Amino acid sequence: MQTAAIHARGVEKWFGEGEAKTHALKSVDIDAYFGEMLYIVGPSGSGKTTLLSVLSGILRPDAGDVQVEGTDIWKLSSDKLATFRLQKIGFVFQDYHLFPRLTTVENVAIPLILKREPWSEAIAEAAKYLEIVGLKNRAELAPVKLSGGEQQRVAIARAIASHPEVLIMDEPTASLDGDTGHAIVTFVKEHVLNEKRSIVIVTHDGRIYPLATRILKMEDGRIIGIQKNAHDEKGDAS
Amino acid sequence: MRGILKLAYKLLVNDKAKFTALLVGITFAVFLMIAMTSLFAGVLYRASATVINIGTSIWVMDPSVQTVANTIGMPDYVLDAVRSMDGVHYAVPLYTGGALVKLGDGFYQAVNVVGLDDTSLLGRPQLLDGNIEDIYGENAFLVVKDTEFHKMENPAMGTEFELNDHRGVVVGIAKVASSGLFGVPTLYTTYERALQYIPNPRFTISYVLVEPKTPADTARIQQQVNALGYMALTKQEFMGRISDFYMFQTGLGMNLLIMTVMSFIVGLSISGQTFYTFVLENIEKFGALKAIGAKRRELIGMILFQAGFTALTGYGLGIGLCAATIAAAKMRLPDYAAMITWWNLTLGFVMVLIIAGVSSYVGVRKVLQIEPFDIFRG
Repeated sequence: MQTAAIHARGVEKWFGEGEAKTHALKSVDIDAYFGEMLYIVGPSGSGKTTLLSVLSGILRPDAGDVQVEGTDIWKLSSDKLATFRLQKIGFVFQDYHLFPRLTTVENVAIPLILKREPWSEAIAEAAKYLEIVGLKNRAELAPVKLSGGEQQRVAIARAIASHPEVLIMDEPTASLDGDTGHAIVTFVKEHVLNEKRSIVIVTHDGRIYPLATRILKMEDGRIIGIQKNAHDEKGDAS
Repeated sequence: MRGILKLAYKLLVNDKAKFTALLVGITFAVFLMIAMTSLFAGVLYRASATVINIGTSIWVMDPSVQTVANTIGMPDYVLDAVRSMDGVHYAVPLYTGGALVKLGDGFYQAVNVVGLDDTSLLGRPQLLDGNIEDIYGENAFLVVKDTEFHKMENPAMGTEFELNDHRGVVVGIAKVASSGLFGVPTLYTTYERALQYIPNPRFTISYVLVEPKTPADTARIQQQVNALGYMALTKQEFMGRISDFYMFQTGLGMNLLIMTVMSFIVGLSISGQTFYTFVLENIEKFGALKAIGAKRRELIGMILFQAGFTALTGYGLGIGLCAATIAAAKMRLPDYAAMITWWNLTLGFVMVLIIAGVSSYVGVRKVLQIEPFDIFRG
């Protein structure tokens, strides 16, 4: 039996007040397992990003439980939840959100610095992650001097630098051309995904669906289907 | 936390345009604030020049005296009465007054004449040239070599002049701690000669200079002088009274205060606005930091550090610029009165802290408002 990295039950979320009140998540149940790459797909406004935010501990649900590695994250205090995110969850944002005034290696070192590692040690360790994503020779450049694909890889290096068990990726191919996007996700699947890590990706990009372990389809705040990917070679399709 | 602060430092200084704008804003504001207040401090210091130069512990005067220049003559019995008071070690008269000197070229020059007690010469200046005993010679005067010295046509020993149709002779060149406020040369002579040379009303003692037996006697002497219907002030109290006069009873204090406040507002506006823009431009990045796991206090620490670092750097640059400007101005304009004191350094520092506080408050509010979810939503 697979171990759930994320285990969520009965997740509800509303936005707004009065007549403008919107039911964004309607009693969502979801599990994400170690060793799998789970996609959350669906049309705009279906609740994908809201669900991703609730699962990753940055948006409090109005009802339901979310356990990450067995910890009920929404019962943690604000500071403990921040520490939990820092240690257990890595984020790759749609627009990367790299700091343009820092070098590439300093950007990757940010989670390590937040973990109170000494500056020089954090930079040295960050350099190793840059090497993993193939950008060792770009360490001292500003992110704006890198291509979109390279920036995405820097964002991935930053996300995995703190050894997270859960990697959250929001539209990782949205800002990239088709080939680069496919290459990035392939890279993630081959070099970042492992048996001790679960990757949850929100995407619209049908071209990368074959790389998923499972695909969870959402519509109108509900999960309307889960598809196990027959092409998946690395993920556990049990 | 050091790593996080280094991160904040790099985010700040690597944005060269914003950092420069912030520094220029704060430096300019500090420069203006310190320039204004140092000018005021210099004016007040010079207004008390005679008090500083004479340097005695207690000054007895008519209660109506507001500044050292506006003396009201006291009768001789006041000197005798003070000398007989408990706690008085010694007491001597002092004369100060204005006069016109006719120089060698026939032009007239206003001067300030200080008449020292004939017996003790209490309050005498340090001599650069000549012997102090020569002040007892016929028509003898000491001339102070300060920024106004040239107005006496740079006199040498033996130079003669006329003072109210009396002959005067320079027998000594002196130096004092502070030049006067009103841009006139200062002459020292004996009390009796001053009375002879300068027309006076019936009462002639400008001040009675008192030295108490012990510092503890000061209050007792002040009480006894008050009972006599006169006023005894310590040197500091007298300087404070003179400062209060210029600050509150002339337009000088209010005008400089307005200029200082305007400098503060300019600095606050430039720095606050620039810092707010800086935070606003990085707001999504701060949101990303929050999502990654930065705690509220760490983000607040980053903002406070950035605002504090900028403020203190700008403060240092502003002080340096102001000091350099004052030094340069004094080389060209000897009468330039500005002086930087602990008082205006502290005032400038407090105002810079307020600028940093307001700027960082605005930044912190904005950063705390941003939710990581907003980053996901784009």
